[in-house]
Amino acid sequence: MFKKIAVLALMAGAASQVQAQQLTVVSFGGLNKQAQEKAFYQPFSKANNVDIEAGEFNGEMAKIKAMVETGQVGWDVVEVESPELVRGCSEGLFEPLDWSKLGDKKQMIDSAASECGAGIFIWSTVLAYDSTKLAKAPAGWADFWDVKTYPGKRALRKSAKFTLEIALLADGVSQGQLYTVLATPEGVDRAFKKLDQLKANIQWWEAGAQPMQWLVSGDVVMTSAYNGRVTAAQKEGHPFSIVWNGSLYDMDSWAIVKGSKNKALAEKYIAFANRPENQKVFAETIPYGPTNTLAIAQIDPKVRGDLPTAPANLKGARSVDTDFWIEHGEELEQRFNAWAAQ
Amino acid sequence: MNHHSTLIERLWAPIFSVFSISMLIFLVVPILVIVPLSFNEGSFLSYPLSGFSLRWYQEFLGSQEWMRALRNSLIIAPAATLLATALGTLAAVGLARGEFRGKGLVMAVLISPMIAPLVIIAVSLYFFFAQLNLLNSYLGLVLAHAALGVPFVVITVAATLQGYDRNFSRAAASLGAPPWFAFRKVMLPLIAPGVISGALFAFATSFDEVVVTLFLASPAQRTLPMQMFGGIRENLNPTIAAAATLMIAASAVLLLLMEWLRRRNEKLRGASPT
Amino acid sequence: MSEVSLTAIDHSTDKNASLKQRLLRAEGSYRRRSMLLIAPLLIFLLISFVLPIGNILWKSFDNPEVVRALPTTLLALQGWDGESRPDEKVFVALVKDLKTAKDEGQIPSLIKRLGYEDGRYRTLLTMALRKLPDDGVESTSRSLIAQSTLWAEPSTWRSIQRAGRTLTAYYVLAAFDHQVDAQSGNIVELPKGQALYLSVLMRTLWMALVVTLLCVLFGYPVAYWLAKQPSSRANLWLIMVLLPFWTSLLVRTAGWIVLLQNGGLINHSMIALGLIDQPLQLVFNRVGVYISMTHILLPFVILPLYAVMKGISPNYVRAAVSLGAHPFRAFWSAYVPQTFAGVTAGALLVFIMAIGYYITPALLGGPGDQMLSYFVAFYTNTTINWGMAAALGSQLLIIVLLLYWVYSRVTRPANPAQRA
Repeated sequence: MFKKIAVLALMAGAASQVQAQQLTVVSFGGLNKQAQEKAFYQPFSKANNVDIEAGEFNGEMAKIKAMVETGQVGWDVVEVESPELVRGCSEGLFEPLDWSKLGDKKQMIDSAASECGAGIFIWSTVLAYDSTKLAKAPAGWADFWDVKTYPGKRALRKSAKFTLEIALLADGVSQGQLYTVLATPEGVDRAFKKLDQLKANIQWWEAGAQPMQWLVSGDVVMTSAYNGRVTAAQKEGHPFSIVWNGSLYDMDSWAIVKGSKNKALAEKYIAFANRPENQKVFAETIPYGPTNTLAIAQIDPKVRGDLPTAPANLKGARSVDTDFWIEHGEELEQRFNAWAAQ
Repeated sequence: MNHHSTLIERLWAPIFSVFSISMLIFLVVPILVIVPLSFNEGSFLSYPLSGFSLRWYQEFLGSQEWMRALRNSLIIAPAATLLATALGTLAAVGLARGEFRGKGLVMAVLISPMIAPLVIIAVSLYFFFAQLNLLNSYLGLVLAHAALGVPFVVITVAATLQGYDRNFSRAAASLGAPPWFAFRKVMLPLIAPGVISGALFAFATSFDEVVVTLFLASPAQRTLPMQMFGGIRENLNPTIAAAATLMIAASAVLLLLMEWLRRRNEKLRGASPT
Repeated sequence: MSEVSLTAIDHSTDKNASLKQRLLRAEGSYRRRSMLLIAPLLIFLLISFVLPIGNILWKSFDNPEVVRALPTTLLALQGWDGESRPDEKVFVALVKDLKTAKDEGQIPSLIKRLGYEDGRYRTLLTMALRKLPDDGVESTSRSLIAQSTLWAEPSTWRSIQRAGRTLTAYYVLAAFDHQVDAQSGNIVELPKGQALYLSVLMRTLWMALVVTLLCVLFGYPVAYWLAKQPSSRANLWLIMVLLPFWTSLLVRTAGWIVLLQNGGLINHSMIALGLIDQPLQLVFNRVGVYISMTHILLPFVILPLYAVMKGISPNYVRAAVSLGAHPFRAFWSAYVPQTFAGVTAGALLVFIMAIGYYITPALLGGPGDQMLSYFVAFYTNTTINWGMAAALGSQLLIIVLLLYWVYSRVTRPANPAQRA
């Protein structure tokens, strides 16, 4: 009997020794997360005997702030959009990165190697529609407002970011002038006025899967959407089309939450995700542009045309102005929320 | 005049029945509509069905995330139930022992978790637990869920105690039984149905809870409802239907248990000399 | 076994004490022991419920950002008359504070907080931080004012002073669509485009009222019908009320999405039956929220009403009818009044629960259908304006507490347990 217990105790001891380390990675959910699982989480945990605890969120910084402020950090690595990255970095919510541990900085595209963030991919907000349901293909955001030619509901992401840009683009503001106009009070009023025209026809989405679901169910005829989701739906056989003209692209980055108990492991993970061969797998699973310049050449040529970074797709596109959103984000989000709720 | 009223009554009764039955159908349809979808072959959560398949159950059972969520729910809910039932039963027994000043206030405090809006509880606990190092922990969730379940235990046990004849306890005491012994051997068996149904309420509360969990849990503590919430927003696919069907089965079991307890309680009450 | 039972006390106490004293003493120890039984739960709830809620009430007045970031500036401002341009030393103190705050990562929260006073301060501070005057500069005030004349205006400094108090009314005022005007310092209504919360509050109360009325309107006849059924059959029918009652709210919400969406079962069938050509918009709007909330809360009316109605003897109505009253009239004057207490209690309970709803409107409503709870969550998670979240939360909480007080008044006579 005692022997049995001793053996069990020994086994338990041994088990706890080889027990895998844990790393909590929180990213935007859905297909994006599934692709990350395939390209990064699974191979990384296999190679390093690490349990990856994969979470999802919608980019809210509140949890991170509460964790950092109370020193009770449960998340290690998070995926954030650019304004959140820069703001969080200056607020001390993220660890400054030591690029000597994260792979070759020179391989990364310019903005992808920043003080607190390592770029994961370039994604784009595009106009998407069901080509079997529209008689004529829309050419850009101006057509999005044309409820006569294209009757029915449209969907937009429920945030000031993207929505205000889209409204101004639809109102005829050029891509180059976009943020100059939006930085003036008159420009903001103009955007809201334009939105007023369409308000009754807009259904707001919050998670990236919703607009695709609604296109499938016929709830909306056109929508703004993450380009990767649209391509994924196309692969499933849905007759969806993308309008790249007027698309808005941005980069998502990995950041390490300040005070993470697994910082070294988190760095190892980010270094792993930075490698071109892993980014290739990611881009081939969901067509978001890689941040490692060497990855592009490795990607299946058939996929390359779907990436936001493909030259043809970049032509009518505009990058989201991070500085603008850092300065005006809260004010505009609040006004937008008040506007939408009325 | 008599003739007149029977005519209206004759028309009235079937209309009334049809109305009532359709309301009852209204109550169950959204639940029943989920079940066939979980056996649907297609990958969207909508009708018409495209063929029978168990793939979404395979998906559910084979998914690490869903399994982790199920496991967490099965850790947190029983722990919270145990805590809520133990504390709630003791308090209900104490309350039933008589009047004292401030009883109304005490009662109000004990019931308040049931009344306060969940978001407020969630946000308050989020700020407060952050200071106590209880965010992103099982303990924090168990405490929060127990607090939410407590009012149900207090109410159901208190209701059962109404039918409890205190002379039983007095008899036990006069025969020399120490209080704990008297409680365990005399009172508890008699009020057991109330305690158990309170516990079932507490269990259901924790097992269904999503708002507080969303605020307090990190991915490692994700529960079944939290996973479902993410699924409904992020990825409305039939795996949710499979999970939902299993949860419906669980609630059906809870419901049958409650019904059985209620009948038992009625019988006991009939037997007790009140 | 140190505890002594009640009867044991009777034997062991002083024989000389009067019966009354002995009884009182016994009563006292009995009561103490009752309290001991309640104490663990009370303490548990104090820690895991009452204190956190109190904390959130406090948070709606808490105002730490400026106090923490600009201590020397606030100190330097103490001697200022509030009318003229502040001394040079105030400007120097501000620059010094800003430098320290920058190193300590307090700038974002400072900018955020001052931005609440007036949106222009956000740009003002961002500009100043981009080009902070050096220590050796001849006149700090001049170089700051050169950036923006706002620095020369006393109102700017009064705003800093106001935002630099340890407690603030800003959030509570904002929760009622008011603010302190940065220029004049008076409490004024928020401009039309920004005012929101009074209408959200009204909307919350209105939606809760509609749902409550729907629940009573549909629940009452169903409860009555069930109470009229023979017991065994009623129990079977009751399962249809109890099953949704016990089923997870999320499962039911998912069910409603399946039923109500454009390509959903209801639209599908109605189109197939030729009732409509175009699908009706039933979800992501008010209709969807009303339908699902009514569905979720209906059992809370049916079940207690059923219990009440079961206890009502049919003899009253029979007597009224036999005295010549029309059955409907008999029902109205002899039956309905007996259910008033039950209806009021059920309706209040539903109303109390409905005003706190979050998940259902979030998943089935549009932006115009969100209730107060949504904004509490929005400020907590999305904009991280925790003061605002706390103020809106307190607003909701106080309403609920008032309603609960009414509820306990209404239900007290009906519940003899609390008096016994």
